[in-house]
Amino acid sequence: MRKISKLSLAVVTAFMASTSVALAEEVEVLHWWTSGGEAAALNVLKKDLESKGIGWADMPVAGGGGEAAMTVLRARVTSGNPPTAVQMLGFDILDWAKQGALANLNAVAAKEGWDAVVPKALQDFAKYEGKWISAPVNVHSTNWVWANKKVLDTLGIAQPKTWNEFVAAMQKVKDAGLVALAHGGQPWQEATVFDGVAMSAGGPAFYKSAFIDLDPKALASDAMKETFNRMTTLRSFVDKNFSGRDWNLAAAMVIKGDAAFQIMGDWAKGEFLNAGKVPGKDFLCFRVPGSEGTVLFNSDQFAMFSVSGTKAVAQAELAQSIMAPSFQSAFNVVKGSVPARTDVPNTAFDDCGKKGMVELAAASESGKLFGSMAHGHANKASVKNAIYDVITAHFNGEYDDATAVDELVDAVSLANK
Amino acid sequence: MSKTITQPDFKTRLQNILPKLVLSPSLALILVFVYGFIAFTIYLSFTDSRMLPTFGWVGLDNYVTLFKLRHWSTAINNLAVFATLYILICTIIGLALAIFLDQKIRFEGVLRPIYLYPMALSFIVTGTAWKWFLDPGIGLENTMHLWGWESFTFDWIKNREYAIYTVVIAAVWQTSGFVMAMFLAGLRGIDNEILKAAQMDGAGNFNLYRRIIIPQLRPAFLSAFVILSHLAIKSYDLIIALTGGGPGRATEVPATFMYSYTFTRNQMGIGASSAVIMLMTIAAIMIPYLYAELREKK
Repeated sequence: MRKISKLSLAVVTAFMASTSVALAEEVEVLHWWTSGGEAAALNVLKKDLESKGIGWADMPVAGGGGEAAMTVLRARVTSGNPPTAVQMLGFDILDWAKQGALANLNAVAAKEGWDAVVPKALQDFAKYEGKWISAPVNVHSTNWVWANKKVLDTLGIAQPKTWNEFVAAMQKVKDAGLVALAHGGQPWQEATVFDGVAMSAGGPAFYKSAFIDLDPKALASDAMKETFNRMTTLRSFVDKNFSGRDWNLAAAMVIKGDAAFQIMGDWAKGEFLNAGKVPGKDFLCFRVPGSEGTVLFNSDQFAMFSVSGTKAVAQAELAQSIMAPSFQSAFNVVKGSVPARTDVPNTAFDDCGKKGMVELAAASESGKLFGSMAHGHANKASVKNAIYDVITAHFNGEYDDATAVDELVDAVSLANK
Repeated sequence: MSKTITQPDFKTRLQNILPKLVLSPSLALILVFVYGFIAFTIYLSFTDSRMLPTFGWVGLDNYVTLFKLRHWSTAINNLAVFATLYILICTIIGLALAIFLDQKIRFEGVLRPIYLYPMALSFIVTGTAWKWFLDPGIGLENTMHLWGWESFTFDWIKNREYAIYTVVIAAVWQTSGFVMAMFLAGLRGIDNEILKAAQMDGAGNFNLYRRIIIPQLRPAFLSAFVILSHLAIKSYDLIIALTGGGPGRATEVPATFMYSYTFTRNQMGIGASSAVIMLMTIAAIMIPYLYAELREKK
């Protein structure tokens, strides 16, 4: 009996809560941040909005890269009832902007001075034809190496500064009977490794003309062949059971000391921190040797869809809250990324985070900040996946280095039509 | 007087109209949501649709691009290997099981559901279970190593050349029990008098099966073939759960190709054209079958 009354009480309160929310202004947010840390970080945003009297209708669609979320979104937009804001990546945002589905945030942006504090390379994905269309939450960077410090110390390996030192270090680890490079054989992970390797093999100018401008000459260049050559080298340092492994399991291998290195974006840091490891003491973070000074980024943003009336007012408030330095700091400390604006104080961040923030600002200054090919910030989805196909086929031994270069040129030209 | 005439009249009219009335909504729904969307997909395959459907006519461009894509030829080859082996092995194992179960053995009632049970699982469950079982790090190979057979290797699922065969293994495990049930029903339907007559004429067991029983199972073979072949062509969930299309893209099949091009690569036109090719492949199998079936009925 008590159980029933408790239940009915819960139902009544839930009902009351839902009606009271429905009465106030409300934002509906579609996202795929459902795992513990990410969900906790979003709560900061929720609280902030609640204090302004704006309700939050959560619309989580689980699934890593947001593929499921994008399918849901297509249905919502086609039926003329888009959510207020949608978590989105790179070219997807511009594609939706081209369809004319996104709102104009210029009023908020001007008031808050976004133009001055958001890196230029990032603005290319948050603005369309001079209008702000989305609010960037974070900047992830892909050309990182994560290393187990204890393993390196025992084997007497110093942090490698050049590619050759890196290869020598991996050889030493392999000779000691450990896994040199922890890697998960999934196309996106191979592409993530490729990002940093291409930058280290060819430098910023090559990276830009090959992956952003899709210049066939750069795609067929010697630097590209060298990139594939280095991928072949890396292939010889992974364990034989790598294919299909999830990235967090690969990170766990480094955490446990079964493997020495992992090349992965800065979201890997979260795994190390959750395992109670301390940056600088238990693990090292450094750029893929040869790519220092450059930053390859991808950025989670909330794309704002065209809504009208009170919804639009709430949307502007949401955008403002997302870009507030306090939220940017709170969220990114948890997420492992760095803030999307360069004027956020770094006090709350750990060593790797501080390093990332300094390097982001410096790379943005010097024009060495580029969108990550592997994470859809260099080219549209069709081209990205065509490049994935070649990288993963080559890494799994289907092509040799020279064939891979030819295949890459073909695949890109077919996908870019 | 007139009332008594119109009353049954209305009733019979209602009775006549009722089946049509009840069926028409579902007919309309099927027309729109199955055949309508098939037509829509065919139309899309001739357009420049990328992220959302758009209607710029590009003729056969998508088909030309499709057949230039190495990814598509991999998918087609995989389907050919998978479908051939899957249909063949399933039929052989299913038939063998059915014949053995048909020997009036004890515990048949217990054995039959045991073989049939895998069919009750979803392909996702089958795929995940086999993924663990075949994984060299945690599955069969590891167990054999722990038992002391150090030289044992079975890493097909991690091998680009052999991964497609692991898909065959899992799919055969799932479906051959079902094929067995179909053959068993066929075997039970054969007239005992014929068998007795043959035995009196001195036919041995082997000849009995080869010359009399198996030829009579022709309809069962045909149904098994049709069901297995369309399962093979539309197989998607098993691949996703078992190999995720990997290692690399080594186990992509047309269904996974279609999904990724339509929904994640923003090349809806090419995705639609691959869907049309798949539809045509299924039609090439089903239409002769339906034609034969319908002609026999006459």
